Amino acid sequence: MVLPLPLTRSKPTAESPVEFMARSHRLRWYELLPWVVAAGAFLVYPSYLALGAQVMIMVLFALSLDLIMGYAGIVTLGHAAFFGVGAYTAGLLAVHGWGEPISALFVSAAVAGVVGAISGYIVLRTTGLTLLMLTLAVVSMLNEAANKAGSITGGADGLQGITLQPLLGLFRFDLYGRVAYIYCALVLFAVWLLVRLLVHSPFGRSLTGVRENLVRMHAIGAPVHRRMVTAYAIGAALAGIAGALQAQTTQFVALNVMSFDLSGAVLIMLILGGVGRLYGAFLGAPLYMVAQDMLSRLDPVYWFFWIGLLLVMVVMFARGGVLGVGDVIWHRLKK
Amino acid sequence: MTSLLETRQLSKSFGALVVTSDVDFRLETGARHALIGPNGAGKTTLINLITGRLQPSRGNILIAGEDVTSTSQAARVKRGLGRTFQINMLFRELTVLENVVMTVSEHRGRAGDMFRYAFSRRDIVAEAYELLERLRLGEDALRKVREIAYGRQRLVEIAIALALKPKVLLLDEPAAGVPSAESQLILDVMAELPPDIAVLIIEHDMDLVMRFAQRITVLVQGAVLTEGTPAEVMADPRVREVYLGEHHHG
Ligand SMILES: Nc1ncnc2c1ncn2[C@@H]1O[C@H](COP(=O)(O)OP(=O)(O)OP(=O)(O)O)[C@@H](O)[C@H]1O
Ligand SMILES: [Mg+2]
Repeated sequence: MVLPLPLTRSKPTAESPVEFMARSHRLRWYELLPWVVAAGAFLVYPSYLALGAQVMIMVLFALSLDLIMGYAGIVTLGHAAFFGVGAYTAGLLAVHGWGEPISALFVSAAVAGVVGAISGYIVLRTTGLTLLMLTLAVVSMLNEAANKAGSITGGADGLQGITLQPLLGLFRFDLYGRVAYIYCALVLFAVWLLVRLLVHSPFGRSLTGVRENLVRMHAIGAPVHRRMVTAYAIGAALAGIAGALQAQTTQFVALNVMSFDLSGAVLIMLILGGVGRLYGAFLGAPLYMVAQDMLSRLDPVYWFFWIGLLLVMVVMFARGGVLGVGDVIWHRLKK
Repeated sequence: MTSLLETRQLSKSFGALVVTSDVDFRLETGARHALIGPNGAGKTTLINLITGRLQPSRGNILIAGEDVTSTSQAARVKRGLGRTFQINMLFRELTVLENVVMTVSEHRGRAGDMFRYAFSRRDIVAEAYELLERLRLGEDALRKVREIAYGRQRLVEIAIALALKPKVLLLDEPAAGVPSAESQLILDVMAELPPDIAVLIIEHDMDLVMRFAQRITVLVQGAVLTEGTPAEVMADPRVREVYLGEHHHG
């Protein structure tokens, strides 16, 4: 199992490198595992569907971060800004009578994408620590704005009164969360298809180039800033979809959707799962949420300390996250 | 007559340190030109100024008569500048082939495409692979850059520059630090460069310079000391004094 793609070949074969490359993006069996798990969970754990939907929303959120951080190499502490913009957009639409969920997702994605494009255009002129601080500033500013605009957003009390029309006019969001679960799964599936295509597209490969060697990218004539802003905006739009899903399925938007805490949490999820591998989000988000659930029961006060310790262990002993460890084991077994 | 590449009174300082001082330089179509000078003379800086990696403090850069002084690196690449780096600037974690595929995609204006798989463009991958075969890198195509020998990595530098189909090729010590077995390969590749492109090579190895260059510019402390044919330059007593007096290999 080599993720994201095996582009290297150690033993020479008769097949020309051109043909070898041309079939490198083929779907592999293990790429379907998350969907098998999602379907299985639906059947086996009918009473945990609300949690399941929540997990998938976080997977989607972490996946959007992977595009920005894992592929383009932009480290951000402000990714929740876009999750929050998406959540408030979908929430406010529903509160003000736009109860159709799917069109609201598109609107939320567009709004978050525009906010991402504008903020990205500015902050991506900087690098390193400055960039990190600026992303943090953006999420803090938006959080404070949402807090101040309490008459619109509900401020610290949160945005309430979100009601949705049935999905496709047919399926009412039920109390058991069945429709919400399937809805989230389908949206996640669609976004996964899109991101998978993107990261294997020339655009996605050029983001990898930006991450690998910025100086070289400039020297081959790449419009580096534009590429980075585009990636940032797409990641923001996808994070906006995750936020919108959260608003729709929980029918509530709390101020903390747009917080440093959530930005940090999604970063930890991705690092736990594995950065820049497309599937890190699928492992990291559930792992984080399970760990959070167990640890907060064992140690309600200091659970975050244990999350932190887990993170330290991963960063020190398993740089590639769970997927990185999986890679190492797989290669040992093959030998 | 307008030159393919021209600099006018090009100057660059880092604080109080003058690294490039009033350099007037021209490169014509088909030129084989060497830029020599002691360590720290400002040779690499001159290339960085020409390609736009550095902004000059003063002076102008013209490509085919058009002033590009304030344009981006990308814009200059589009106008036909290609370069290699003195210290490898490669995508080390990617395969040799992908290093070149990335460049060909960029050159064809296809690198921003989002809705198709990068390697399903057989025409682009094939163009990249053919270039690698021409540079005797075919066998390394599917190996990661960091896994191949240093001398061959230097060839990848050249492959990337050539993938841009440059009109002006700037080579910054392409053979420096390469064991002699592999440096012959680099010499062969240089001998086979398309005749119509202009080549500027920075090189300390005088044998190589004499074999390759039709003209030589000598740079000392950021300024042009002299320029001429190899014979003229070698005969110049000032050159003997400042440059050949302290012979460099490296
Ligand atoms: N970014 C920079 N900031 C400050 N000084 C610099 C910078 N880049 C280069 N210099 C200085 O400018 C001078 C010229 O450097 P440059 O690399 O152009 O020399 P060079 O002729 O290529 O030398 P070499 O033969 O060793 O490669 C050196 O003294 C170097 O220390
Ligand atoms: Mg140099």
